[in-house]
Amino acid sequence: MTAKPASPHELLPHLFRLEYARMTAVLCRQFGLKHIETAEDIVSETFLKATETWPVNGIPDNPAAWLYTVASNKTKDYLKRLTIFESKVRGVVEKEETQPAEMFEFNNRVIADSQLAMIFAVCNPANSPEAQICLALQILCSFSIEEIADAFLSKKETIKKRLLRARANLREDNFQIRVLEESAIQFRLDTVLRTLYLLFNEGYFSKSGNHLIRKDLCSEAMRLALLLTEHPLTNTTEANALLALMCYQGSRLDAREDQEGQTILFEQQDKSRWSQELITRGNYYLVNACTGQAASKYHLEAGIAYWHTTPTDEGKWQHILQLYNELILVEYSPATALNRTFAYARVYGYEQGIKEAEQLQLEALSDYHALMGYLYATVDTGKAILHYDKAVSLTKSVSEKKTLQREVTRLREQTQ
Amino acid sequence: MKEFVLIFRNKDGKHDDPTPDMLQERMNWLAGIAARNRLANAGNSLSADSAKTVRPDNIVTDGPFTEIKEFINGYVIVLAMDIDEAVEMAKANPLLKAGGTVEVREVIVRKKQ
Repeated sequence: MTAKPASPHELLPHLFRLEYARMTAVLCRQFGLKHIETAEDIVSETFLKATETWPVNGIPDNPAAWLYTVASNKTKDYLKRLTIFESKVRGVVEKEETQPAEMFEFNNRVIADSQLAMIFAVCNPANSPEAQICLALQILCSFSIEEIADAFLSKKETIKKRLLRARANLREDNFQIRVLEESAIQFRLDTVLRTLYLLFNEGYFSKSGNHLIRKDLCSEAMRLALLLTEHPLTNTTEANALLALMCYQGSRLDAREDQEGQTILFEQQDKSRWSQELITRGNYYLVNACTGQAASKYHLEAGIAYWHTTPTDEGKWQHILQLYNELILVEYSPATALNRTFAYARVYGYEQGIKEAEQLQLEALSDYHALMGYLYATVDTGKAILHYDKAVSLTKSVSEKKTLQREVTRLREQTQ
Repeated sequence: MKEFVLIFRNKDGKHDDPTPDMLQERMNWLAGIAARNRLANAGNSLSADSAKTVRPDNIVTDGPFTEIKEFINGYVIVLAMDIDEAVEMAKANPLLKAGGTVEVREVIVRKKQ
């Protein structure tokens, strides 16, 4: 067991991140999506009570259970008041979607089901993918608006507006959060997987310099994907492939950044810093993912990420190219096109790779010039420097600028 | 951007039996077009075994082989600015090395009434 933190000030932020989203999900399921603000108010009041009482009375033995009890009592009071208001004041008993207070409790099953239901509620196709991610971060991961703005490198006001619109759509949605219906889940599962995929990528490839927030985004995406694999209705081969992909990528999170927060290129990473535990778990989920016939883009990407965890041998880049070939046929994206070209260059030589890259018409992208700089480095140093300079001028990321600049300096020293 | 169908024909009507290397080359060609975002439709390979030709007067013959020596073994649809660009894409297809041909045909867009 880990030692108990000394003061409520240390414990509360941690509990807040963990329990706020769980309790909101459970209560929201109780009240229905229309009343999500009520659920959030009760949870906020519960935490307020904790900040007031714990410093005076000491931290309870089981802080989470304490929070659940207080939230339960507040909910019962709220429902009682609501019933009195409806029957005595308005003289009618409306058919509310809220359930009687007796049926209400926090336990692992209820928490897991509520969170899963909430994932599907949040991933409403009526909202844009960006809005879904913001909403997921706020409602499912208890991120503050400041943290979301930091992760997206956006202004707080922009995020606020985006969330307001997204929450309006959420309240008006007819999604049945109480009972998880198979048809509703099947209908939204693709959207859910895509949102979790983007959430993870937001952390993994984010231009935000805040390393902690980026790591948080990745681990939250993994936590939510794990919830999918733990429920029979959502434990699909695609969900397992997505989680395998996240495990493999996540295994390199620490190794790909140096102490100053600068990106370490894949080939220069200290492989002993890769998390073997996450690689093993990735293997586990990839095996689960390959039980059916389906080969989704998550399967292909997990396959590529798997090969990256293996030592370089003759066949490795052939396999990776093959998978990228299939991936680009499933879905075009500039990133996939560039990564495929890199694999192509590893198999057929950098000069062939340069020819292939020139066909892509991606000259407007910093990543294109970074790739060209890399491919030219051993072929034509002058051209390599030109491309790296172009990449530096095009990228907005400070850490990427530094990484690219380092390569330019290295090449300049070489030519002198 | 216009759509062009590239139609692949084999030489001699021989059954196409590609080696793994040939398959890899073909896949590289196709994915290379997709990587330029110029693939409208990955198309299909067409079977040489399960093939019949239906003629007037209720005559059905095996395969397309009786009259033409080379047969169509597949097609893809690409996006190109003009037919010259589509021809450039076709020129890179590995089938040509094996003596096959690639026919390039612009897709006619029906005018709306």
